[in-house]
Amino acid sequence: MKKEYNITAYSENHIGLLNRVTIIFTRRKVNIESLTVSASAIKGVSKFTIVVEVTEEQVKKIVQQIEKQVEVLKAYYLSNDEIIYQEVALYKVSTEALIGGDQIEKLVRKHNARILEITKDYTVIEKTGHSEETQDFFNELNEFKVLQFVRSGKVAITRSPIERLSEFLKKRDEMLKVLDK
Amino acid sequence: MAERINGSEAIIRSLIEEGVETIFGYPGGAIMPVYDALYDHRETLHHILTRHEQGAIHAAQGFARATGKVGVCIATSGPGATNLVTGIADAMIDSTAVVCITGQVSSPLLGTDAFQESDIVGMSMPVTKWNHQITNVEEIPEVMAKAFYIARSGRPGPVLIDVAKDVQFAEIDFEYSKCTAIRSYIPYFPIDNKQIEDAAEAINNAKKPFLLIGQGVIISQAEDELRELLEKADIPAAWTLLGNSALPSNHPLNVGMLGMHGNYGPNIKTNECDLLIGLGMRFDDRVTGKLTAYARQAKIMHIEVDPSEIDKIVKADYPVLGDAKSVLKKLIPLVQKNSHKEWIQEFNDAYKIEYEKVIKNDIYRENGKISMGEAVRIASEKTNGNAICVTDVGQQQMIASRYFKFNQTKSMVTSGGLGTMGFGLPAAVGAQMGRPDRTVIAFIGDGGFQMTMQEMGTIAQEKIPVKVVILNNNFLGMVRQWQELFFEKRYSFTELVNPDFIKLAEAFGIKARKVTENSELEDAMDEMIKHDGPFLLEVVVEKEDNVFPMVPTGASVSEIILEKPKA
Repeated sequence: MKKEYNITAYSENHIGLLNRVTIIFTRRKVNIESLTVSASAIKGVSKFTIVVEVTEEQVKKIVQQIEKQVEVLKAYYLSNDEIIYQEVALYKVSTEALIGGDQIEKLVRKHNARILEITKDYTVIEKTGHSEETQDFFNELNEFKVLQFVRSGKVAITRSPIERLSEFLKKRDEMLKVLDK
Repeated sequence: MAERINGSEAIIRSLIEEGVETIFGYPGGAIMPVYDALYDHRETLHHILTRHEQGAIHAAQGFARATGKVGVCIATSGPGATNLVTGIADAMIDSTAVVCITGQVSSPLLGTDAFQESDIVGMSMPVTKWNHQITNVEEIPEVMAKAFYIARSGRPGPVLIDVAKDVQFAEIDFEYSKCTAIRSYIPYFPIDNKQIEDAAEAINNAKKPFLLIGQGVIISQAEDELRELLEKADIPAAWTLLGNSALPSNHPLNVGMLGMHGNYGPNIKTNECDLLIGLGMRFDDRVTGKLTAYARQAKIMHIEVDPSEIDKIVKADYPVLGDAKSVLKKLIPLVQKNSHKEWIQEFNDAYKIEYEKVIKNDIYRENGKISMGEAVRIASEKTNGNAICVTDVGQQQMIASRYFKFNQTKSMVTSGGLGTMGFGLPAAVGAQMGRPDRTVIAFIGDGGFQMTMQEMGTIAQEKIPVKVVILNNNFLGMVRQWQELFFEKRYSFTELVNPDFIKLAEAFGIKARKVTENSELEDAMDEMIKHDGPFLLEVVVEKEDNVFPMVPTGASVSEIILEKPKA
């Protein structure tokens, strides 16, 4: 059965690695729903968060292929109930719509969004949440015509205190010492 | 003390530091500085000028497979680099350690569609174990050291290093140290003792164990350990196409070849054994046939160095992560001495059936005409099983794999996973350069020969004493066989009008002979093998011979057929 999985991969920060990782999906004709790459807590180590809709069998094999890449330190997958995750969405509406009544203000309060910038022409609103939440806000806000809308990929942190990267790297260094003889 | 040299010199010095003595390549604009540096080292680094970059990479592959060392090839940017791609893909799927060095346009020109610019790093990404573009001269020693370490360690594979031309001119204080570890890369995971204990128990309890020898045995140099395990536990063993020669052909526990055109016993017994042990192999579809009917009755043990291979195709009841040699070393003491006489006899009985129905007529043709099998048998007998056999792809490949006999390991060089026609001739060049002490015989079809026959020029120039046997049936034989069996004999574009191969060889200054009668075959083989230097032997074989047995596509291994089904 297909379901949404979140793949996390830690890697060295190397040009071209993103390409190496994404072609693993392309080759298996798996669409990437969202992808975020950012610095991790450890200097020089990047963290990938990739969301896909596949079967568990597929995601297992994909993760093994990712981990096989020379510059990938560690990769694993988690389902949504195993992570705390968040996305950010930005919405642009005309300022005229905002000052035309109190409706937008009510929506902003109801959805716990916030206003980032107001100019005489447009207003930019930000909302963080799961994609259903940012989508709901979009649907309601769009009654006042959303001029621009953008949503980030998922960022996620695991619920369980499983192996932290620094511990993993320590173990890895010990393993390397054994190899290096 | 570090010495101040330019990037090109640094690349050549890096190769020498890695113990490289032979390289294959083709010069061109963006790699010219490296070739200029090579000129001063041509005594230390023997460079073979091939006639096409594809020839260079296949030669590097043949070299690697016959020696167990890393094969090295060099090409220029653009078309030079793209011409390597087929061979890189071949090396990737067949786990061959190759380092390719390509020139690239100067770094300020990257991305500008400069003359002979191609994004070879992007292009080769899916088919390299690792690749990297050098745009800073300081990177050279470290990247070169990493390239060799990655190519040869763990599950080997091709590495491509793309070097911008300006870097080749830039200067560096050169100091080299070999790479021994990379933080993000674990080529050999520590072996899990629990997995070993479970595996030993499974082997000790098995009534009908059956072991599948993969190339992992050859790569990890586990040939002695393999024999020890097989003999101690009395396990019959068959080999994959690339596992051929890991176990001597005449070993009593060697029951033959697996897969689509493998032997009868190994295929049917796969579905009768109670423990199937995959050793350094990856359950390729040409081995397994229909997966849902593959060894369902058996427990599966998978001993494999690459974690992503375990459970990829066949779910393992006993996964053992580790290279064949390290695993066998730990496993053997826990395995009990055993005897499976009756079980092994079943393989021998199956062989007798196959011998009567297929093999006899394949290797002793009575009608005066020549079969591919007979040519292979005679070549094998004349070299007493001591030659290196190189093949192209197609019928001759299957026949050579089935009938060429081996006493020593690393003796079969063939394109397995990718099935690259045109591989044979250049791979033979590489194998012979790597093993000048051994006779190298290449069996090549008339189709495959014409894909890379320009390498006859390389053979002539370097006087490489390879023995090239063209098994000529004026057809793309394997495709024709399928057309006959599955496409109602509609021979769509498989018949070939060939050049005069003898005149062709002579044009290159290579001695050649053509055989059309069965009675001349022995004499011609003698002449070829005794000839001091390269030799081309054209053997005109029966036009429409088929390779049997055969597991038809989509059929189970137990549905293997020994002859053409009656219409």
